[in-house]
This record gives sequence, structure tokens and C-alpha cells, in this order.
Amino acid sequence: MKAAILVFPGINRERDMARALKLISGHEPAMVWHAETSLPAGTDLVVVPGGFSYGDYLRCGAIAARAPIMDAVRGYAAKGGLVLGVCNGFQILCESGLLPGVLMRNAGLRFICHDVHLRVERSDTPFTRGYNAGQVIRVPVAHGEGNYEADEETLKRLEGEGRVLYRYCSPQGEVDEAANINGAAHSIAGIVNDAGNVLGMMPHPENHVEDIMGCTDGRGLFAGLVAHLDRAA
Amino acid sequence: MKARVTVTLKTGILDPQGKAIEGALKSLGVDGVASVRQGKVFDIELAGADRDKAEAALKEAADRLLANTVIENYRVELL
Repeated sequence: MKAAILVFPGINRERDMARALKLISGHEPAMVWHAETSLPAGTDLVVVPGGFSYGDYLRCGAIAARAPIMDAVRGYAAKGGLVLGVCNGFQILCESGLLPGVLMRNAGLRFICHDVHLRVERSDTPFTRGYNAGQVIRVPVAHGEGNYEADEETLKRLEGEGRVLYRYCSPQGEVDEAANINGAAHSIAGIVNDAGNVLGMMPHPENHVEDIMGCTDGRGLFAGLVAHLDRAA
Repeated sequence: MKARVTVTLKTGILDPQGKAIEGALKSLGVDGVASVRQGKVFDIELAGADRDKAEAALKEAADRLLANTVIENYRVELL
């Protein structure tokens, strides 16, 4: 899997992401500076990593979403290329119009930095095939603005088309108010676009991929992508 | 030419920051505050003198960057 990781000023999770991708795919990902206008030839996966692009000025992800490289990412996604956005990457994808909705300030107003449980809603997508439908995984979150909101019609479409792939839940897999850490609509932690090739999620699967991290539940996402691409090749 | 773009949250969009400010004003004892919504103000200086052109440029700026029209409204004023 040849991955390309976008690098914006203020991004700080790109090296965690690169390490996880190298570990699981065996290939060193390319780091692509935001001022570039094209992606490396043969890119299998574009990753928009987490951090604080442009210091979250204006709105989270707003300025990064207008960077030159994002036109190339839009073109790549339109052709069916896989795009993964994590945390600030999710915010950037929403701001760029690649995903619907917006990530608002956490309902409790506090920055949340701890492990959460996610329910994997389905396993028949490139982004979840490393898991079973209904499986509960544990991964960390670190965000102040992860409260996913969209209008009623958009939410209805997301649900109706099975585009919510990850939801905040209890360790037992119950989706309820108590487990919905940031107040997100429908406890949404991760969604895909209508074509199913662009995923945005607030939690950080790349931070639970090695034993030394205390948990390896995040590996399934990357292993699933590798398996998906191997099968497609 | 000077201009001001004001960006506000659409009605019905939850504004936890506004709520927190509202609470702080009430705890300060500021009388008569019913509710608070937080927004943003951009003071922009324009190079040309053509008002129509300026208005069009400001609208473009607001649509493409200053506001996220999923959740926000904006108002353009030439001063």
C-alpha cells in the first residue's frame, strides 16, 4: 500500500500515522507538503492526519481545506481513490466539501484526551474490513472540536445509506448518551462520503497499533485497507 | 475602502461557547441577559474604489472561506 500523508503547518500527528502505516503495510508513506499541486504517482491511499493545522485559526481545518494540494485530493477522490482523515483530518475533509457536515465544539466545552470505545457498524467497506460488524474497539481521542453535526436530511441520508462506520459506545457496545463523549449527532465518530471511498473519523486508530501502546485495536483499520488494496490489485 | 463581514451561527445551531458566555454574564450579575450567541467580525480593507466589485469580492471571500455556510450566515457591509 503506497500511502501519501498530507502535511500542513501545525499538523503534529503525521509521524504517528507514518509509523503505523509503515508498520502495517511495510511501505514507507510519502509525506506531501500542502503547497504541492499533485500527489505521488501510484498513490493507493491519501491520509489527512491529525493536529492543529494553522492553529485552528478561523475554524478547525478551514484554512488547510483551501490549500493547493486539496484540489489534487478532490480529483483523486472523484476517481475513487481512498482518502482517510483522522481528527483534524476529519475536520479538513468536512471543510473541503469531501464529507458532509461539520465538527463543532465538544458539547461539554472541554478538550477530551483519553481512550474511547467505538462500535464498528459494518465490515463490508475498505475502512472496516479488518473488523467484524458490531465489534467494539478501543482507541484514543484527543480533540476539542469533535461534535459532529449535520442537518436532519444529511443525517437521515448517512444513516439510510449505512455511511456511519464508527460510533462512540460503551465498552459493551451500547450506543447511549453517556458514551457519546462530545455530543455528536447520532454518536457519530466516523463517516464515509456517498461513494464510500473517503472516511473521516475523530479517534486516532494510528495510536493503538503496537503492544507498547497498550492496545492494538487500531491495526484492523489499516490491515483492512491493505487487504482491500491487495484484493483490488 | 473599508468593509466589515459579520459571521453568525444559523438559528438552531447549538452554540456551547455562547451558552458559556451567557452563564458567565449571569454569574457576574449583568442584568437582563436573555441569551448569547457568539460570532465573528472581519474588518477588511479593500484596494479598489468600485463598490459593486468590492461587494462581489467580499461575498466570494465569505462564501469560500470566512463562513462555513453549513452552519453560519454572514453579512457584508461597506463602511
